[in-house]
Amino acid sequence: MAFVAIADRDHEHALHDPQSFIRKYIWSQDHKVIAVQYALVAISIGLVALTMSVLMRLQLGFPDTFHIIAPQDYYQYITMHGMIMVIYLLTALFLGGFGNYLIPLMLGARDMVFPYLNMLSFWFYLLAVLVLCAGFFVPGGPTGAGWTLYPPQAVLPGTPGASWGIICMLASLAIFIVAFTMGGLNYVTTVLQARCRGMTFMRMPLSVWGIFMASILGLLAFPALFVSAIMMALDSLVGTSFFMPAVSSMGERTVHTGGSPLLFQHLFWFFGHPEVYIVALPAFGIVSDLLSTHARRNIFGYRMMVWAILAIGCLSFVVWAHHMYVSGMNPYFGFFFATTTLIIAVPTAIKVYNWVLTLWRGDVHLTVPMLFAIGFIFTFINGGLTGLFLGNVTVDVPLSGTYFVVAHFHMVMGVSPILVVFGSIYHWYPKITGRMFDERLGKFHFWMTFLGAYAIFLPMHYMGILGVPRRYYGYTDAIQFIPPSVHEANEWISISAMIVAATQLVFLYNLIHSYFKGPVADPNPWRATTLEWQTPDTPPKHGNWGKDLPEVHRWAYDYSVPGAPEDFIPQNVPHSEKTPVGREHGVPT
Amino acid sequence: MSLTVAYAALATGIAVWAVLVMKLRAKPWEVTAAGVLDKQGFNVSAKRIGLWIFLAVVTSLFCLFLSAYYMRMGEHAGHGTLPATDWQSIRDPSILWFNTVLLIFGSVAMQSARSAVARSQVQQTRVRLFAAGLLTFAFLIGQWLAWRELRYSPLFSPLNPAVAFFYVLTAVHGLHLLGGLFVWARTLARSLRKDVELIDVRLSVELTSVYWHYLLLVWLGLFAVLLST
Amino acid sequence: MLIAIALIVLVVATVLFHFLSPWWFTPIASNWTMVDSTVDVTFWVTGIVFVAVNLFLAWCIIRYRHRKGNRAHYEPENKKLEWWLTGITSVGIAAMLAPGLSVWAKFVTVPEDASVVEVLGQQWAWAYRFPGKDGRLGASDANLISVDNPFGMDPNDPVGQDDVLIQNPQLHLPIDKPVKVLLRAKDVNHQFAVPQFRVKMDMVPGMVTHFWVTPTRTGEFDVLCEQLCGVAHFAMRGRVVVDTQDDFDKWLSTQPTFQKTLAATKGDPAAGQALFTACSACHGAQAEGNRELNAPKLSGQADWYLMRQIHSFKDGVRGSNDQDTFAKQMIPFASMLADDTAVRNVVAYIKTLPEVRPAASVVGDPVRGKKLYETCTSCHGANAKGVWSTNAPRLSNMSDWYMARQLEHFRAGIRGTHPQDFHGSQMRSMAKVLADDQAVADVLDYIRTL
Repeated sequence: MAFVAIADRDHEHALHDPQSFIRKYIWSQDHKVIAVQYALVAISIGLVALTMSVLMRLQLGFPDTFHIIAPQDYYQYITMHGMIMVIYLLTALFLGGFGNYLIPLMLGARDMVFPYLNMLSFWFYLLAVLVLCAGFFVPGGPTGAGWTLYPPQAVLPGTPGASWGIICMLASLAIFIVAFTMGGLNYVTTVLQARCRGMTFMRMPLSVWGIFMASILGLLAFPALFVSAIMMALDSLVGTSFFMPAVSSMGERTVHTGGSPLLFQHLFWFFGHPEVYIVALPAFGIVSDLLSTHARRNIFGYRMMVWAILAIGCLSFVVWAHHMYVSGMNPYFGFFFATTTLIIAVPTAIKVYNWVLTLWRGDVHLTVPMLFAIGFIFTFINGGLTGLFLGNVTVDVPLSGTYFVVAHFHMVMGVSPILVVFGSIYHWYPKITGRMFDERLGKFHFWMTFLGAYAIFLPMHYMGILGVPRRYYGYTDAIQFIPPSVHEANEWISISAMIVAATQLVFLYNLIHSYFKGPVADPNPWRATTLEWQTPDTPPKHGNWGKDLPEVHRWAYDYSVPGAPEDFIPQNVPHSEKTPVGREHGVPT
Repeated sequence: MSLTVAYAALATGIAVWAVLVMKLRAKPWEVTAAGVLDKQGFNVSAKRIGLWIFLAVVTSLFCLFLSAYYMRMGEHAGHGTLPATDWQSIRDPSILWFNTVLLIFGSVAMQSARSAVARSQVQQTRVRLFAAGLLTFAFLIGQWLAWRELRYSPLFSPLNPAVAFFYVLTAVHGLHLLGGLFVWARTLARSLRKDVELIDVRLSVELTSVYWHYLLLVWLGLFAVLLST
Repeated sequence: MLIAIALIVLVVATVLFHFLSPWWFTPIASNWTMVDSTVDVTFWVTGIVFVAVNLFLAWCIIRYRHRKGNRAHYEPENKKLEWWLTGITSVGIAAMLAPGLSVWAKFVTVPEDASVVEVLGQQWAWAYRFPGKDGRLGASDANLISVDNPFGMDPNDPVGQDDVLIQNPQLHLPIDKPVKVLLRAKDVNHQFAVPQFRVKMDMVPGMVTHFWVTPTRTGEFDVLCEQLCGVAHFAMRGRVVVDTQDDFDKWLSTQPTFQKTLAATKGDPAAGQALFTACSACHGAQAEGNRELNAPKLSGQADWYLMRQIHSFKDGVRGSNDQDTFAKQMIPFASMLADDTAVRNVVAYIKTLPEVRPAASVVGDPVRGKKLYETCTSCHGANAKGVWSTNAPRLSNMSDWYMARQLEHFRAGIRGTHPQDFHGSQMRSMAKVLADDQAVADVLDYIRTL
């Protein structure tokens, strides 16, 4: 194989720093700039989805008061809110945003291995977002089929946006998947190939592990959504019958023959369940690093944590039909999928234990990122445990389709990951911008978001147990079993939701204001061990590491090593030395 | 369920590979022996790794299309679900056999271009690379003729899932070949430069050939499925 | 420190909420008490974990919070502790999974002696079919669905002739008899859910799904659709009435069989003409309507809608509200039509009458009305011609003053509140979209342009 080695000769990246504004900030191939671009677009579209949730809550809390929200609007908001939050905000932010920023820096690389592809990935993502938004302006508005887009209703009259809106949605998803594939190839290949000297797999910080596994899941699972999007678009545009059965819609027979709506559900959830972990695994990884850094303690059971990430990743492909227990699929599948689903709870539980055990016997600094990390543990325990209800087929039957489900998935993959997002933005803000954020505003943001979110979703669990159905525009013509207390609670939930939504403006203010006016940050304000804090410049320059790449001598969690004078030893410090070379580390007070 | 089994196998494979290669049992906090400062990563180009990961994604895509194919036929939905009544098997256009031969020759030509580049034979590399692309173009035109033939057959109807799947599967495969031809065109252009250093195109030629063999395999798989149903 | 206190408070609050909140499962009305016990087991296991882990977390924060001179304990892993935790977790998981699977085994096994009933879902109403004496349901096909054959039954299938068709959203079931509920959908996915039964299942067009249940308590229970099925998903309601066997048999015997609906005459316009003379006094000779007499235009209206309304007047479903003066007036006139044949005849006659354009009497802003009408299109159609399958009557070219009054009545709860008026109650939820009289006028003015 001698010639292979010649052919595969790697050329060092030339370190020419782009100078023009456009090449530097717009048409940039620098992973850090792309990460920020991804994050800004994701947060912007996320604010749109947040606004829609407020509008929905207005309708639910105060029905017949705000006549601007008609039923079709409500269903459009529900659909767009769900899809934007899951795909265009969380997936894009964790992988496109944090993945892009952290992978090369944490692994001691100069950039992603395919920078040009990385740039294209962002522009395709932006295109996907624009096509998605175009849905608001086409005749009939965006699709209102629910974020699951089940056929036949997604393309039949009676559902808002069944002609134009759904096509915008499917096209946008297809473009997003292309964008993600370009990004995902980069993330995975970079982790495999671009680690600096000494950075073995088992020395990688858990953030990288989480993002790495999530990228693999995404690469294998998104094709399922791609397949279903193509086939549904053809059903709608060309009149094929992949998913569309023979139906009598609005009293008239459609052209379709014997398609299978369940086939779509299988494909959708074959993507949809791994998608949960595409969002959750980066959050798991990142929160591990936040906890370890701010508790000044090594992450407890690092190896178990890595194995758990791998186990969850593998198992996530064989649990998808737990979303379909009452879908009309063969009920015998219930035995298999309930079992696999409850098995996946074991590695997940281990991760929770290890997070808590990291604080145990630690030196817990209650900084803003730490507060968010602790908030995450609490909401994730809550959401994870309710997952045991819905994963267990018998228990799922009475609860499916009710507010219990709404509460569960908002706790587990809405509130929990978003708390990690906030925590990590605060954590890396000094590195990204070179400035410190306002800590008091950060704490205010945490308390309002954390307590507000719990006030929103805790009552919903019990509404669900009562049997209050989800995806209902209103409950005005009384359903017998729904007492007035539910309607009152809905008012309070809506008020909480609006307060939480308004609090996010404080967060944005803090980010923007601190960027210009915040105090200049120390290069390593949290005294963290991982490589991104050891860059020669803050914020890191193009190429990250100056002349020489770093060398790694230890794992990412050498906090409070007995005998060491400082309570942390960065990864690039050789074993013989007791102190990092000539650098003072201040901690913000 | 075949889907599940396939993925379970894949996942197990990855897990075993991970344990073996990544040494996941290592205790990273221990003071390690010498050699850890070695260069990390596999001793091949990132592009090669990237291509193989991309092929895994494409495999996932085609596996899912085929799962959808069989589930739509109703044979794997099983358990009380009857085979689909609206599925009318089509007679696959016979030109597909001819196309298959073309694509095989395309792959062979790619392979010979690859060995030419390894032996640093500039002229042979150019000719064989060109032939491979030409054969692939011919294949695509042949596929288009097959589309036309089916279009005017009495069984043609977008409502017939056999027809719809035929078009979708061949189209997706064809699009992947078109993407390959884009890379091929760039490689060919570089190899045609007067001052070409073969070492610069060697990797491109190699990776293109891998991609060609892979798409040939996919086509053989698809063709077998289309013929058998 | 504050966060630790907050965690403790949240744990306590959650537990208190669990025990004190009035919201718990509705009183069960079926054999599936085992489902409730499985939920209870799950609550206990997860509840203990929730309290234990969170309190431990809070304790860790308090005990190990940063103070000057503190240093964390360096301990990369603790194999023994981790394996113990894994073991305990596995036991807890098994404790929840085992009962779950054993109950599911019962769910998938339909009892041999279960009787059969079919639920048919459509946008946005329910209908039901019983198999008749032979115990078997006749063949059906989506291709056969039409206004005269809404179940899509095969008229040539002898098995289906005695099937009993229930063309309204209220289903009766006998108590203490296991029943296998077959589920079929005409257009999109739906879900037949009765919270008091605990079990439910999606209905998927193109296939027949099922579940089984034994009702154990008499009473009336809401049927909800719990699979998003379009704009009026939230208004897709039905009712299950669990009866004693005698009451059930009595009820079933009054329902028409398929054979009978096939035999029902088309309606004879000639015979209807004679009957219509009584109507023409108010509605006019051409059924063109008369505003002074509060009689709306009838000509051009869908026959199935007219028939249903006449029956509603006759049965007291419409006009039962004291404030609905004009509907009350209609009751004695409707009652003059002795039986179903008379109703059919008179409606058949109305169908032969020429179309006239009623005078406009409501003025609004049709541009605003167009936006408001978007909600209405889902049922009444984009051209307001009415859609039989959604039970939505024609609106275009009908008396606008009458529609204005009806919309007002729907919004005020004067119409659509009778427990048997399922379609009226749907319209009630929808009419609330119109904020005020101005909105009503706008939408009616727009409809006039159609």
